[in-house]
Amino acid sequence: MGVEIKVEKINAWYGKTQALFDIDLDVLANHATALIGPSGCGKSTFIRCLNRMHETLPGARVTGRVQIGDLDIYKGTSATQLRRRVGMVFQKPNPFPSMSIYDNVAAGLKLNGFSNRKQTDEIVETALKSSALWDEVKDSLHKQSGASLSGGQQQRLCIARALAVQPEVLLMDEPCSALDPISTGKVEELIFQLKSKYTIVIVTHNMQQAGRVAEFTGFFLLGRMIEFDKTERIFTNPSDKRTEDYVTGRFG
Amino acid sequence: MSNQAVPHPSFGGPEPDSVAREQVKTAANPLLGFSGGEGADTAFRFAMLACAVGVVALLGLIVYQLVTGSQLSWHTFGWKFFGSSDWNPVEDQFGAFPFIYGTLVSSFLALAIAVPLAVGVAVFITEMCPGWLKGPLSFTTELLAAIPSVIYGLWAIFVMVPLLRIWVQPFLARTLGWTGFFSGPPYGIGMLAAGIILAIMIIPIISSISREVLTVVPQNQREAALALGATRWEMIRIGVLRNARAGIVGAIILGLGRALGETMAVTMVIGNRPEIAKSLFAPGYTMASVLANEFSEATGDVYLSALIEIGLALFFVTIVVNAMARLLVWSVTRGLPARSNA
Repeated sequence: MGVEIKVEKINAWYGKTQALFDIDLDVLANHATALIGPSGCGKSTFIRCLNRMHETLPGARVTGRVQIGDLDIYKGTSATQLRRRVGMVFQKPNPFPSMSIYDNVAAGLKLNGFSNRKQTDEIVETALKSSALWDEVKDSLHKQSGASLSGGQQQRLCIARALAVQPEVLLMDEPCSALDPISTGKVEELIFQLKSKYTIVIVTHNMQQAGRVAEFTGFFLLGRMIEFDKTERIFTNPSDKRTEDYVTGRFG
Repeated sequence: MSNQAVPHPSFGGPEPDSVAREQVKTAANPLLGFSGGEGADTAFRFAMLACAVGVVALLGLIVYQLVTGSQLSWHTFGWKFFGSSDWNPVEDQFGAFPFIYGTLVSSFLALAIAVPLAVGVAVFITEMCPGWLKGPLSFTTELLAAIPSVIYGLWAIFVMVPLLRIWVQPFLARTLGWTGFFSGPPYGIGMLAAGIILAIMIIPIISSISREVLTVVPQNQREAALALGATRWEMIRIGVLRNARAGIVGAIILGLGRALGETMAVTMVIGNRPEIAKSLFAPGYTMASVLANEFSEATGDVYLSALIEIGLALFFVTIVVNAMARLLVWSVTRGLPARSNA
């Protein structure tokens, strides 16, 4: 089941450059929340703060409080522990090229020290089914490398890999930006189904996409969250002028 | 005179505009008129081609020389040459096995010591090293490669061998003596000393090429592993080393190539006795060392020919090893990862 996320006063830096300013956000469990905004507005940085990937970059720093379920992630939680409960899908599909499809999906399980062969088989199958890839790869699970799939398939493989460890939250950083429209459609449909089981936070450049998959949308600009509301309201009746300018295409 | 509104001053020559045009033309003319350009270009092309062909021809010439030079030995001993341990110049009996054995054992011993260290250095520099230390550390590692091998040999004789004799070998004999690999009198000089000095000499090449290979592993592979909850070591294992393994194997083989052919430092510490012993404390001999030591005193035709045949064998092995390694490294750094199951 998904859990809710409470973010209080997150500030983030790259070296001396501040990328995020006092972000507060409450994300409802089992819903999809989209983050939109022009390039460089800090939305990717923000979701990378939710699984502590931001701090893996040299010189990067975060302050503030993030509560995910029962974990206070910047206090008394190890990054490894956290990331096993918060899955992430990246902008560019990044399967492990030297592993078979099966091993890609099972990679997270192995890291958890999970070695029951039969159960692993089941989990891999379930994960590939929920990422709608099973039918396309079921005959070549062990024969084909993760990198031999098409871009769209690779991205769904990465989603399956993230789902296999049964996370509570799924973070998606522009998951469709490297994909063609058909693959994008498949991934979007997937997100729509997955939110019954997971809390999803998705960063997107594509406002239609936010409209299609997310109940809530936050608008970021220059490292600040300008507005956060129901998606419908953000697109039809935003309360901030800047949001309106952005969603109507006047800038960005 | 015409009734122009603004009269041009006339100097009785061509108009200023056309003067300028004239000058441009004459300025360009010397180049246009120069007809030797293409001839020189052709000459240049042939000169460069000759250089390139020269390198290949040189390689061919070396092979030819080695093959013709070793004919006599080849006809006298045949394949037995590589299997026999009898090296007796007085009776014109020559068998290269102890040298082949010595070369292989010292080189693989060197790899066993150098690979973990060199890959460790490479991983540390690419994955964990604080920015300010990266430059100095890689520079120092690579500087090791610039030290002439005779210096390594001197250092080995005066510093390393005494250390081995007084501390390391007695310790190894006490703890691991029962294996048989570390028994016998601790001379200091011997196979172990050769292996260690070779290891030090091949660390720079293995670590600098491994570092290159690790650097081209895309960042997104590291992130993929981290995002699954990998610890740093797990991230390095599945996200970095696994992707770079073909290149690292290439780096190791390049190191092996260097170790096989290394002459000076090894000759100074290996003991130079054509014997095959199980213990690494015992002296040995390598193909390169026997060439260096005995060429000047090879009086008989068969003796000389036998040495050349050893040279041919060494040449052949190192060429093959190096070619393999280069191919592996290229396949990785050119972005065509050699996949296990693609």
